[in-house]
Amino acid sequence: MKRPLRVYAILYLCFLYAPIALLPVFAFNDGTVIAFPLRGFTWDWFRQLAGIPALHAAVLNSLKIAVISAILATCLGVLAARAATRFAFPGKKGIMGLIMLPLVLPEIIVAVSLLVVLLQLGLSLGAWTVILGHVLIATPFAIAILNSAFQGLDRSLEEAAVDLGETKWSSFRLVTLPLVMPGIISSLLIAFTISLDEFIIAFFLTGTEPTLPVYLWGQMRFPQRLPVIMALGTILVLASVLLLAIAEYARRRGAARTGQKDAGGFL
Amino acid sequence: MSDGNRGPGFGRSEAAQGYLLVATPLAYALLLLAAPLGAILLFSFWSQDYLTIDTALTLKNYREALSDPLYRQLLLRSLLISAAVTTATVLAAFPIAYYVSFHVAPERKAMWIFLITIPFWTSYLIRVFLWKVILGYNGVFNTTLLGLGIIDEPLTFILYNANAVVITLAHAYAPFAILPIFVALEKIDRSLHEASQDLGEGYLSTFWRVTLPLAMPGVVAAVLIVFIPTIGDYVTPVLVGGPDGRMIANMIQTQFLRLNNAPMGAALAVLTMAMVTVVALVFVFLNRRYLRGRQ
Repeated sequence: MKRPLRVYAILYLCFLYAPIALLPVFAFNDGTVIAFPLRGFTWDWFRQLAGIPALHAAVLNSLKIAVISAILATCLGVLAARAATRFAFPGKKGIMGLIMLPLVLPEIIVAVSLLVVLLQLGLSLGAWTVILGHVLIATPFAIAILNSAFQGLDRSLEEAAVDLGETKWSSFRLVTLPLVMPGIISSLLIAFTISLDEFIIAFFLTGTEPTLPVYLWGQMRFPQRLPVIMALGTILVLASVLLLAIAEYARRRGAARTGQKDAGGFL
Repeated sequence: MSDGNRGPGFGRSEAAQGYLLVATPLAYALLLLAAPLGAILLFSFWSQDYLTIDTALTLKNYREALSDPLYRQLLLRSLLISAAVTTATVLAAFPIAYYVSFHVAPERKAMWIFLITIPFWTSYLIRVFLWKVILGYNGVFNTTLLGLGIIDEPLTFILYNANAVVITLAHAYAPFAILPIFVALEKIDRSLHEASQDLGEGYLSTFWRVTLPLAMPGVVAAVLIVFIPTIGDYVTPVLVGGPDGRMIANMIQTQFLRLNNAPMGAALAVLTMAMVTVVALVFVFLNRRYLRGRQ
Protein backbone atom coordinates (compact mmCIF):
# COMPACT_ATOMS: atom_id res chain seq x y z
CA MET A 1 0.00 0.00 0.00
CA LYS A 2 2.91 2.32 0.66
CA ARG A 3 4.04 2.89 -2.93
CA PRO A 4 0.67 3.92 -4.49
CA LEU A 5 0.03 6.21 -1.53
CA ARG A 6 3.39 7.85 -2.03
CA VAL A 7 2.73 8.42 -5.74
CA TYR A 8 -0.66 9.88 -4.86
CA ALA A 9 0.91 12.15 -2.23
CA ILE A 10 3.42 13.52 -4.72
CA LEU A 11 0.74 14.07 -7.38
CA TYR A 12 -1.35 15.86 -4.78
CA LEU A 13 1.54 18.14 -3.89
CA CYS A 14 1.92 18.93 -7.62
CA PHE A 15 -1.79 19.85 -7.73
CA LEU A 16 -1.31 22.09 -4.68
CA TYR A 17 1.70 23.86 -6.15
CA ALA A 18 0.71 23.94 -9.84
CA PRO A 19 -0.98 27.37 -9.84
CA ILE A 20 1.76 29.02 -7.82
CA ALA A 21 4.46 27.48 -9.98
CA LEU A 22 2.92 29.20 -13.01
CA LEU A 23 3.33 32.66 -11.47
CA PRO A 24 7.06 33.17 -12.06
CA VAL A 25 6.84 31.38 -15.41
CA PHE A 26 4.51 34.02 -16.84
CA ALA A 27 5.89 36.91 -14.81
CA PHE A 28 9.11 36.59 -16.83
CA ASN A 29 7.43 35.64 -20.13
CA ASP A 30 7.78 38.19 -22.92
CA GLY A 31 4.15 38.16 -24.09
CA THR A 32 0.86 39.68 -22.98
CA VAL A 33 -1.11 36.45 -23.42
CA ILE A 34 -0.90 33.96 -20.56
CA ALA A 35 -0.53 30.73 -22.56
CA PHE A 36 2.06 28.26 -23.74
CA PRO A 37 4.40 28.24 -25.65
CA LEU A 38 6.56 30.79 -23.85
CA ARG A 39 8.04 33.63 -25.87
CA GLY A 40 11.23 34.69 -24.16
CA PHE A 41 12.63 36.13 -21.00
CA THR A 42 11.92 39.68 -19.81
CA TRP A 43 12.16 41.85 -16.70
CA ASP A 44 9.69 44.28 -18.28
CA TRP A 45 6.67 43.47 -16.10
CA PHE A 46 8.64 43.95 -12.91
CA ARG A 47 10.01 47.22 -14.25
CA GLN A 48 6.47 48.43 -14.98
CA LEU A 49 5.53 47.78 -11.35
CA ALA A 50 7.95 50.49 -10.28
CA GLY A 51 6.05 53.12 -12.30
CA ILE A 52 2.52 52.78 -10.83
CA PRO A 53 1.95 55.30 -7.98
CA ALA A 54 -1.50 53.88 -7.12
CA LEU A 55 0.14 50.50 -6.54
CA HIS A 56 2.75 51.99 -4.24
CA ALA A 57 0.07 53.73 -2.18
CA ALA A 58 -1.84 50.43 -1.89
CA VAL A 59 1.32 48.58 -0.79
CA LEU A 60 2.07 51.16 1.89
CA ASN A 61 -1.53 51.10 3.08
CA SER A 62 -1.48 47.29 3.27
CA LEU A 63 1.82 47.21 5.14
CA LYS A 64 0.55 49.74 7.68
CA ILE A 65 -2.66 47.78 8.23
CA ALA A 66 -0.83 44.44 8.43
CA VAL A 67 1.74 45.65 10.99
CA ILE A 68 -0.87 47.17 13.31
CA SER A 69 -3.25 44.21 12.92
CA ALA A 70 -0.46 41.73 13.64
CA ILE A 71 0.56 43.54 16.85
CA LEU A 72 -3.01 43.90 18.13
CA ALA A 73 -4.00 40.32 17.24
CA THR A 74 -0.90 38.94 18.94
CA CYS A 75 -1.55 40.98 22.11
CA LEU A 76 -5.13 39.68 22.26
CA GLY A 77 -3.79 36.21 21.44
CA VAL A 78 -1.29 36.27 24.31
CA LEU A 79 -4.01 37.26 26.79
CA ALA A 80 -6.47 34.63 25.60
CA ALA A 81 -3.93 31.83 25.21
CA ARG A 82 -2.46 32.53 28.64
CA ALA A 83 -5.94 32.49 30.19
CA ALA A 84 -6.90 29.30 28.35
CA THR A 85 -3.76 27.31 29.14
CA ARG A 86 -3.00 28.48 32.68
CA PHE A 87 -6.32 29.11 34.44
CA ALA A 88 -9.56 27.25 34.90
CA PHE A 89 -12.69 29.39 35.04
CA PRO A 90 -16.40 28.73 34.50
CA GLY A 91 -17.62 29.34 30.96
CA LYS A 92 -14.13 28.99 29.49
CA LYS A 93 -15.29 26.77 26.65
CA GLY A 94 -18.01 29.18 25.56
CA ILE A 95 -15.80 32.25 25.83
CA MET A 96 -12.96 30.67 23.86
CA GLY A 97 -15.51 29.35 21.36
CA LEU A 98 -16.77 32.87 20.68
CA ILE A 99 -13.25 34.27 20.30
CA MET A 100 -12.27 31.42 17.92
CA LEU A 101 -15.52 31.66 15.91
CA PRO A 102 -14.09 33.79 13.04
CA LEU A 103 -11.95 30.76 12.14
CA VAL A 104 -15.02 29.02 10.67
CA LEU A 105 -17.37 31.93 9.99
CA PRO A 106 -17.58 32.84 6.28
CA GLU A 107 -15.60 36.06 5.90
CA ILE A 108 -18.40 37.76 4.03
CA ILE A 109 -20.59 37.45 7.12
CA VAL A 110 -17.91 39.12 9.26
CA ALA A 111 -17.48 41.81 6.61
CA VAL A 112 -21.14 42.73 6.14
CA SER A 113 -21.95 42.65 9.85
CA LEU A 114 -19.08 45.03 10.62
CA LEU A 115 -20.09 47.23 7.68
CA VAL A 116 -23.68 47.50 8.91
CA VAL A 117 -22.64 48.47 12.42
CA LEU A 118 -20.01 51.00 11.29
CA LEU A 119 -22.39 52.68 8.87
CA GLN A 120 -25.20 52.77 11.41
CA LEU A 121 -22.88 54.43 13.90
CA GLY A 122 -22.10 56.99 11.22
CA LEU A 123 -18.36 56.21 11.23
CA SER A 124 -16.33 56.72 8.08
CA LEU A 125 -14.53 53.78 6.52
CA GLY A 126 -10.77 53.73 6.23
CA ALA A 127 -7.60 51.88 7.16
CA TRP A 128 -8.65 51.64 10.80
CA THR A 129 -11.93 49.85 10.00
CA VAL A 130 -9.98 47.27 7.99
CA ILE A 131 -7.67 46.86 10.99
CA LEU A 132 -10.69 46.18 13.24
CA GLY A 133 -11.79 43.37 10.92
CA HIS A 134 -8.32 41.92 10.39
CA VAL A 135 -7.61 41.77 14.13
CA LEU A 136 -10.87 39.86 14.53
CA ILE A 137 -9.95 37.16 11.99
CA ALA A 138 -6.23 36.98 12.82
CA THR A 139 -6.71 36.59 16.60
CA PRO A 140 -7.91 32.93 16.42
CA PHE A 141 -4.78 31.99 14.45
CA ALA A 142 -2.61 33.83 16.97
CA ILE A 143 -4.34 31.97 19.80
CA ALA A 144 -3.85 28.60 18.09
CA ILE A 145 -0.11 29.24 17.75
CA LEU A 146 0.31 30.77 21.22
CA ASN A 147 -1.74 28.01 22.88
CA SER A 148 0.85 25.45 21.87
CA ALA A 149 3.64 27.79 22.98
CA PHE A 150 2.08 28.28 26.43
CA GLN A 151 1.11 24.62 26.74
CA GLY A 152 4.73 23.55 26.42
CA LEU A 153 5.67 25.64 29.44
CA ASP A 154 6.63 23.91 32.64
CA ARG A 155 4.56 25.68 35.27
CA SER A 156 7.08 24.94 38.01
CA LEU A 157 9.58 27.33 36.38
CA GLU A 158 7.28 30.27 37.12
CA GLU A 159 6.49 29.02 40.57
CA ALA A 160 10.19 28.69 41.27
CA ALA A 161 10.71 32.32 40.23
CA VAL A 162 7.91 33.44 42.57
CA ASP A 163 9.36 31.34 45.39
CA LEU A 164 12.71 33.01 44.79
CA GLY A 165 11.14 36.39 45.43
CA GLU A 166 10.07 37.65 42.00
CA THR A 167 6.64 39.23 41.72
CA LYS A 168 4.04 37.61 39.47
CA TRP A 169 4.63 40.19 36.76
CA SER A 170 8.42 40.04 36.87
CA SER A 171 8.41 36.26 36.81
CA PHE A 172 6.17 36.44 33.75
CA ARG A 173 8.50 38.95 32.10
CA LEU A 174 11.76 37.20 33.03
CA VAL A 175 10.79 33.54 32.75
CA THR A 176 7.60 32.99 30.76
CA LEU A 177 7.97 35.67 28.10
CA PRO A 178 11.44 34.62 26.88
CA LEU A 179 10.24 31.00 26.67
CA VAL A 180 7.17 31.86 24.57
CA MET A 181 8.97 34.53 22.51
CA PRO A 182 9.37 32.27 19.46
CA GLY A 183 5.61 31.62 19.58
CA ILE A 184 4.96 35.36 19.73
CA ILE A 185 7.21 36.00 16.72
CA SER A 186 5.54 33.18 14.84
CA SER A 187 2.11 34.61 15.69
CA LEU A 188 3.13 38.13 14.60
CA LEU A 189 4.33 36.84 11.24
CA ILE A 190 1.26 34.69 10.61
CA ALA A 191 -1.13 37.50 11.57
CA PHE A 192 0.84 39.86 9.32
CA THR A 193 0.55 37.42 6.41
CA ILE A 194 -3.18 36.92 6.97
CA SER A 195 -3.82 40.66 7.01
CA LEU A 196 -1.60 41.31 3.98
CA ASP A 197 -3.44 38.70 1.87
CA GLU A 198 -6.98 39.26 3.14
CA PHE A 199 -9.41 40.53 0.53
CA ILE A 200 -13.12 40.36 1.42
CA ILE A 201 -13.07 42.34 4.66
CA ALA A 202 -10.75 44.93 3.13
CA PHE A 203 -13.01 45.11 0.06
CA PHE A 204 -16.05 45.98 2.22
CA LEU A 205 -14.37 48.19 4.81
CA THR A 206 -11.57 49.97 3.00
CA GLY A 207 -13.33 53.15 1.90
CA THR A 208 -11.35 55.23 -0.61
CA GLU A 209 -7.82 53.94 0.10
CA PRO A 210 -7.53 50.42 -1.34
CA THR A 211 -5.28 47.79 0.21
CA LEU A 212 -3.01 45.78 -2.09
CA PRO A 213 -5.49 42.89 -2.64
CA VAL A 214 -8.31 45.37 -3.32
CA TYR A 215 -6.09 47.20 -5.83
CA LEU A 216 -5.21 43.86 -7.45
CA TRP A 217 -8.90 42.96 -7.68
CA GLY A 218 -9.53 46.17 -9.61
CA GLN A 219 -6.71 45.36 -12.04
CA MET A 220 -7.93 41.83 -12.74
CA ARG A 221 -10.66 43.14 -15.04
CA PHE A 222 -8.13 44.37 -17.60
CA PRO A 223 -6.66 41.60 -19.78
CA GLN A 224 -3.66 43.73 -20.79
CA ARG A 225 -2.67 44.01 -17.12
CA LEU A 226 -2.32 40.23 -16.70
CA PRO A 227 1.49 39.96 -16.94
CA VAL A 228 1.95 42.82 -14.47
CA ILE A 229 -0.42 41.04 -12.05
CA MET A 230 1.67 37.88 -12.47
CA ALA A 231 4.81 39.84 -11.60
CA LEU A 232 3.15 41.40 -8.58
CA GLY A 233 1.78 37.99 -7.54
CA THR A 234 5.26 36.49 -7.76
CA ILE A 235 6.58 39.11 -5.34
CA LEU A 236 3.61 38.65 -2.99
CA VAL A 237 3.96 34.86 -2.90
CA LEU A 238 7.70 35.09 -2.36
CA ALA A 239 7.14 37.49 0.54
CA SER A 240 4.51 35.19 2.09
CA VAL A 241 6.73 32.11 1.78
CA LEU A 242 9.70 33.96 3.26
CA LEU A 243 7.65 35.17 6.25
CA LEU A 244 6.29 31.66 6.75
CA ALA A 245 9.69 30.07 6.67
CA ILE A 246 10.84 32.50 9.39
CA ALA A 247 7.64 31.83 11.40
CA GLU A 248 8.15 28.07 11.12
CA TYR A 249 11.80 28.43 12.16
CA ALA A 250 10.76 30.50 15.20
CA ARG A 251 8.05 27.99 16.12
CA ARG A 252 10.45 25.05 15.95
CA ARG A 253 13.05 26.86 18.01
CA GLY A 254 10.38 27.62 20.58
CA ALA A 255 9.28 23.99 20.65
CA ALA A 256 12.89 22.90 21.13
CA ARG A 257 13.44 25.48 23.87
CA THR A 258 10.51 24.30 25.96
CA GLY A 259 11.44 20.69 25.31
CA GLN A 260 8.36 19.77 23.22
CA LYS A 261 8.34 17.09 20.62
CA ASP A 262 7.94 18.69 17.22
CA ALA A 263 4.44 17.94 16.00
CA GLY A 264 4.65 20.22 12.95
CA GLY A 265 2.16 22.66 11.45
CA PHE A 266 0.53 25.82 12.68
CA LEU A 267 -2.99 24.66 13.27
CA MET B 1 -2.51 21.90 41.78
CA SER B 2 -5.25 23.01 44.17
CA ASP B 3 -5.43 26.55 45.50
CA GLY B 4 -4.40 25.40 48.95
CA ASN B 5 -0.69 24.96 48.33
CA ARG B 6 -0.20 28.38 46.74
CA GLY B 7 2.01 30.97 48.42
CA PRO B 8 0.84 34.44 49.37
CA GLY B 9 1.87 35.63 45.86
CA PHE B 10 -1.19 33.92 44.41
CA GLY B 11 -3.71 36.13 46.14
CA ARG B 12 -6.57 36.21 43.71
CA SER B 13 -8.51 33.10 42.89
CA GLU B 14 -7.72 31.09 39.81
CA ALA B 15 -11.01 31.97 38.12
CA ALA B 16 -10.62 35.69 38.77
CA GLN B 17 -7.16 35.72 37.21
CA GLY B 18 -8.45 33.82 34.20
CA TYR B 19 -11.32 36.27 33.72
CA LEU B 20 -8.98 39.22 34.10
CA LEU B 21 -6.76 37.91 31.31
CA VAL B 22 -9.52 36.87 28.94
CA ALA B 23 -11.53 40.07 29.49
CA THR B 24 -9.88 42.11 26.72
CA PRO B 25 -10.09 39.53 23.91
CA LEU B 26 -13.60 38.67 25.04
CA ALA B 27 -14.67 42.31 25.01
CA TYR B 28 -13.21 42.64 21.52
CA ALA B 29 -15.11 39.58 20.30
CA LEU B 30 -18.34 40.77 21.92
CA LEU B 31 -18.09 44.28 20.48
CA LEU B 32 -16.85 43.43 16.99
CA LEU B 33 -18.30 39.96 16.44
CA ALA B 34 -21.29 39.21 18.67
CA ALA B 35 -22.79 42.70 18.51
CA PRO B 36 -22.45 43.02 14.70
CA LEU B 37 -23.92 39.53 14.24
CA GLY B 38 -26.81 40.59 16.47
CA ALA B 39 -27.18 43.75 14.39
CA ILE B 40 -27.37 41.68 11.20
CA LEU B 41 -30.10 39.56 12.76
CA LEU B 42 -32.04 42.68 13.76
CA PHE B 43 -31.51 44.28 10.35
CA SER B 44 -32.93 41.23 8.62
CA PHE B 45 -36.29 41.96 10.27
CA TRP B 46 -36.32 45.58 9.10
CA SER B 47 -37.12 46.71 5.59
CA GLN B 48 -35.75 49.20 3.14
CA ASP B 49 -37.98 51.72 1.45
CA TYR B 50 -35.80 53.35 -1.19
CA LEU B 51 -33.41 55.42 0.97
CA THR B 52 -35.03 55.16 4.37
CA ILE B 53 -34.96 52.11 6.59
CA ASP B 54 -38.25 51.12 8.17
CA THR B 55 -37.50 49.77 11.65
CA ALA B 56 -40.86 48.08 12.13
CA LEU B 57 -40.20 44.37 12.54
CA THR B 58 -41.34 42.33 9.58
CA LEU B 59 -40.78 38.93 7.96
CA LYS B 60 -41.02 40.48 4.50
CA ASN B 61 -37.35 39.87 3.60
CA TYR B 62 -37.49 36.22 4.59
CA ARG B 63 -40.75 35.71 2.72
CA GLU B 64 -39.21 37.25 -0.36
CA ALA B 65 -35.96 35.31 -0.02
CA LEU B 66 -37.78 32.00 0.28
CA SER B 67 -40.37 32.63 -2.44
CA ASP B 68 -38.34 34.40 -5.13
CA PRO B 69 -36.90 31.67 -7.41
CA LEU B 70 -33.71 33.72 -7.90
CA TYR B 71 -32.79 33.71 -4.21
CA ARG B 72 -33.94 30.15 -3.71
CA GLN B 73 -31.83 28.95 -6.59
CA LEU B 74 -28.77 30.80 -5.27
CA LEU B 75 -29.19 29.40 -1.77
CA LEU B 76 -29.66 25.87 -3.06
CA ARG B 77 -26.74 26.15 -5.48
CA SER B 78 -24.44 27.48 -2.77
CA LEU B 79 -25.39 24.55 -0.58
CA LEU B 80 -24.77 22.03 -3.39
CA ILE B 81 -21.46 23.56 -4.47
CA SER B 82 -20.32 23.72 -0.87
CA ALA B 83 -21.29 20.06 -0.34
CA ALA B 84 -19.49 19.00 -3.53
CA VAL B 85 -16.36 20.93 -2.53
CA THR B 86 -16.42 19.40 0.95
CA THR B 87 -16.81 15.85 -0.39
CA ALA B 88 -14.06 16.28 -2.98
CA THR B 89 -11.68 17.99 -0.57
CA VAL B 90 -12.08 15.54 2.30
CA LEU B 91 -11.94 12.43 0.08
CA ALA B 92 -8.79 13.72 -1.62
CA ALA B 93 -7.25 14.80 1.67
CA PHE B 94 -7.71 11.59 3.63
CA PRO B 95 -5.09 9.50 1.78
CA ILE B 96 -2.55 12.33 2.14
CA ALA B 97 -3.13 12.64 5.87
CA TYR B 98 -2.97 8.83 6.13
CA TYR B 99 0.26 8.65 4.15
CA VAL B 100 1.99 11.37 6.21
CA SER B 101 0.80 9.92 9.50
CA PHE B 102 1.49 6.22 8.83
CA HIS B 103 4.20 6.03 6.19
CA VAL B 104 6.41 9.09 6.64
CA ALA B 105 9.33 8.85 9.07
CA PRO B 106 8.55 10.82 12.27
CA GLU B 107 11.38 13.32 11.77
CA ARG B 108 10.11 14.19 8.29
CA LYS B 109 6.44 14.67 9.19
CA ALA B 110 6.87 18.33 10.15
CA MET B 111 8.41 19.03 6.75
CA TRP B 112 5.53 17.37 4.91
CA ILE B 113 2.96 19.32 6.89
CA PHE B 114 4.89 22.52 6.23
CA LEU B 115 4.94 21.77 2.49
CA ILE B 116 1.19 21.13 2.50
CA THR B 117 0.39 24.38 4.35
CA ILE B 118 2.63 26.76 2.35
CA PRO B 119 0.26 27.27 -0.61
CA PHE B 120 -2.56 27.99 1.82
CA TRP B 121 -0.70 30.97 3.26
CA THR B 122 -0.11 32.64 -0.09
CA SER B 123 -2.61 35.20 -1.35
CA TYR B 124 -6.03 33.59 -1.81
CA LEU B 125 -6.96 36.15 -4.45
CA ILE B 126 -3.86 35.32 -6.51
CA ARG B 127 -4.47 31.58 -6.27
CA VAL B 128 -8.08 31.85 -7.44
CA PHE B 129 -7.02 34.20 -10.20
CA LEU B 130 -4.42 31.66 -11.34
CA TRP B 131 -7.12 29.00 -11.73
CA LYS B 132 -8.90 31.37 -14.07
CA VAL B 133 -5.69 31.69 -16.06
CA ILE B 134 -5.26 27.90 -16.09
CA LEU B 135 -8.83 26.90 -16.94
CA GLY B 136 -9.70 29.71 -19.39
CA TYR B 137 -10.72 29.35 -23.06
CA ASN B 138 -7.25 30.52 -24.10
CA GLY B 139 -5.81 29.34 -20.80
CA VAL B 140 -2.78 27.30 -19.97
CA PHE B 141 -4.68 24.00 -19.82
CA ASN B 142 -6.44 24.41 -23.16
CA THR B 143 -3.49 25.83 -25.08
CA THR B 144 -1.27 23.03 -23.80
CA LEU B 145 -3.72 20.31 -24.83
CA LEU B 146 -4.23 22.01 -28.21
CA GLY B 147 -0.49 22.34 -28.70
CA LEU B 148 0.00 18.67 -27.93
CA GLY B 149 -2.78 17.79 -30.37
CA ILE B 150 -4.88 16.00 -27.73
CA ILE B 151 -7.96 18.16 -28.41
CA ASP B 152 -9.05 20.03 -31.54
CA GLU B 153 -10.84 22.92 -29.92
CA PRO B 154 -10.66 24.44 -26.43
CA LEU B 155 -12.66 22.72 -23.72
CA THR B 156 -15.39 25.03 -22.45
CA PHE B 157 -16.89 22.99 -19.61
CA ILE B 158 -14.01 23.82 -17.28
CA LEU B 159 -14.41 27.58 -16.85
CA TYR B 160 -17.27 29.89 -15.93
CA ASN B 161 -19.47 27.25 -14.36
CA ALA B 162 -19.93 25.32 -11.14
CA ASN B 163 -17.20 22.77 -12.02
CA ALA B 164 -14.56 25.50 -12.03
CA VAL B 165 -15.81 26.76 -8.66
CA VAL B 166 -15.56 23.26 -7.16
CA ILE B 167 -12.03 22.66 -8.51
CA THR B 168 -10.77 26.03 -7.31
CA LEU B 169 -12.32 25.79 -3.84
CA ALA B 170 -11.17 22.18 -3.39
CA HIS B 171 -7.67 23.43 -4.08
CA ALA B 172 -7.99 26.43 -1.76
CA TYR B 173 -9.28 24.45 1.22
CA ALA B 174 -7.06 21.36 0.93
CA PRO B 175 -4.88 22.09 4.01
CA PHE B 176 -7.99 22.77 6.09
CA ALA B 177 -9.07 19.19 5.43
CA ILE B 178 -5.67 17.53 5.69
CA LEU B 179 -4.59 18.96 9.06
CA PRO B 180 -7.50 17.87 11.31
CA ILE B 181 -7.51 14.36 9.78
CA PHE B 182 -3.73 14.15 10.23
CA VAL B 183 -4.02 15.18 13.88
CA ALA B 184 -6.72 12.55 14.51
CA LEU B 185 -4.65 9.84 12.80
CA GLU B 186 -1.58 10.79 14.83
CA LYS B 187 -3.51 10.13 18.03
CA ILE B 188 -4.32 6.54 17.11
CA ASP B 189 -2.41 4.01 19.19
CA ARG B 190 -0.33 2.05 16.68
CA SER B 191 -0.54 -1.12 18.74
CA LEU B 192 -4.26 -1.32 17.89
CA HIS B 193 -3.25 -2.04 14.30
CA GLU B 194 -0.87 -4.75 15.32
CA ALA B 195 -3.53 -6.25 17.57
CA SER B 196 -6.07 -6.16 14.75
CA GLN B 197 -3.69 -7.80 12.32
CA ASP B 198 -2.58 -10.36 14.91
CA LEU B 199 -6.23 -11.26 15.31
CA GLY B 200 -6.38 -12.06 11.62
CA GLU B 201 -7.86 -8.92 10.08
CA GLY B 202 -6.45 -7.89 6.72
CA TYR B 203 -5.09 -4.49 5.76
CA LEU B 204 -8.41 -3.21 4.42
CA SER B 205 -10.61 -4.55 7.19
CA THR B 206 -8.21 -3.14 9.79
CA PHE B 207 -8.56 0.22 8.08
CA TRP B 208 -12.32 -0.10 7.90
CA ARG B 209 -12.90 -1.36 11.43
CA VAL B 210 -10.10 0.28 13.41
CA THR B 211 -8.51 3.26 11.64
CA LEU B 212 -11.56 4.91 10.10
CA PRO B 213 -13.79 4.97 13.22
CA LEU B 214 -10.88 6.33 15.27
CA ALA B 215 -10.12 8.96 12.63
CA MET B 216 -13.77 10.05 12.46
CA PRO B 217 -13.41 13.07 14.81
CA GLY B 218 -10.77 14.46 12.43
CA VAL B 219 -12.96 13.82 9.40
CA VAL B 220 -15.89 15.57 11.08
CA ALA B 221 -13.69 18.56 11.93
CA ALA B 222 -12.41 18.63 8.34
CA VAL B 223 -15.94 18.52 6.90
CA LEU B 224 -17.14 21.38 9.10
CA ILE B 225 -14.07 23.54 8.60
CA VAL B 226 -14.37 23.23 4.80
CA PHE B 227 -18.14 23.28 4.48
CA ILE B 228 -18.92 26.34 6.61
CA PRO B 229 -16.58 28.93 5.06
CA THR B 230 -16.97 27.74 1.44
CA ILE B 231 -20.70 28.44 1.38
CA GLY B 232 -19.92 32.14 1.86
CA ASP B 233 -17.13 32.37 -0.69
CA TYR B 234 -17.20 35.50 -2.80
CA VAL B 235 -14.01 35.65 -4.88
CA THR B 236 -14.12 32.25 -6.57
CA PRO B 237 -17.64 32.51 -8.04
CA VAL B 238 -16.86 35.95 -9.46
CA LEU B 239 -13.55 34.99 -11.04
CA VAL B 240 -14.23 31.48 -12.34
CA GLY B 241 -17.94 30.87 -11.76
CA GLY B 242 -19.59 32.72 -14.63
CA PRO B 243 -23.36 33.26 -14.50
CA ASP B 244 -24.09 29.63 -13.58
CA GLY B 245 -21.55 29.54 -10.79
CA ARG B 246 -22.73 32.56 -8.81
CA MET B 247 -23.23 31.91 -5.14
CA ILE B 248 -25.14 33.53 -2.31
CA ALA B 249 -22.22 35.70 -1.16
CA ASN B 250 -22.31 37.51 -4.49
CA MET B 251 -25.97 38.32 -3.97
CA ILE B 252 -25.31 39.47 -0.39
CA GLN B 253 -22.61 41.81 -1.68
CA THR B 254 -24.93 43.11 -4.42
CA GLN B 255 -27.69 43.81 -1.91
CA PHE B 256 -25.36 45.69 0.41
CA LEU B 257 -23.14 47.64 -1.96
CA ARG B 258 -25.09 47.96 -5.21
CA LEU B 259 -28.82 47.77 -4.53
CA ASN B 260 -28.41 49.49 -1.19
CA ASN B 261 -30.87 47.06 0.35
CA ALA B 262 -29.05 46.13 3.56
CA PRO B 263 -32.07 44.45 5.23
CA MET B 264 -32.46 42.02 2.31
CA GLY B 265 -28.71 41.34 2.34
CA ALA B 266 -28.88 40.76 6.09
CA ALA B 267 -31.78 38.32 5.69
CA LEU B 268 -29.82 36.36 3.06
CA ALA B 269 -26.77 36.30 5.35
CA VAL B 270 -28.89 35.01 8.26
CA LEU B 271 -30.53 32.38 6.04
CA THR B 272 -27.10 31.22 4.85
CA MET B 273 -25.85 30.87 8.40
CA ALA B 274 -29.03 29.08 9.47
CA MET B 275 -28.71 26.67 6.56
CA VAL B 276 -25.07 25.94 7.35
CA THR B 277 -25.85 25.40 11.02
CA VAL B 278 -28.69 22.97 10.30
CA VAL B 279 -26.62 20.94 7.84
CA ALA B 280 -23.65 20.88 10.22
CA LEU B 281 -25.82 19.72 13.13
CA VAL B 282 -27.46 16.99 11.06
CA PHE B 283 -24.03 15.84 9.93
CA VAL B 284 -22.64 15.72 13.48
CA PHE B 285 -25.77 13.84 14.64
CA LEU B 286 -25.49 11.26 11.85
CA ASN B 287 -21.83 10.77 12.63
CA ARG B 288 -22.59 10.15 16.31
CA ARG B 289 -25.06 7.48 15.29
CA TYR B 290 -22.55 5.90 12.93
CA LEU B 291 -19.93 5.72 15.68
CA ARG B 292 -22.40 4.35 18.19
CA GLY B 293 -23.49 1.69 15.72
CA ARG B 294 -19.86 0.62 15.39
CA GLN B 295 -19.34 -0.02 19.07
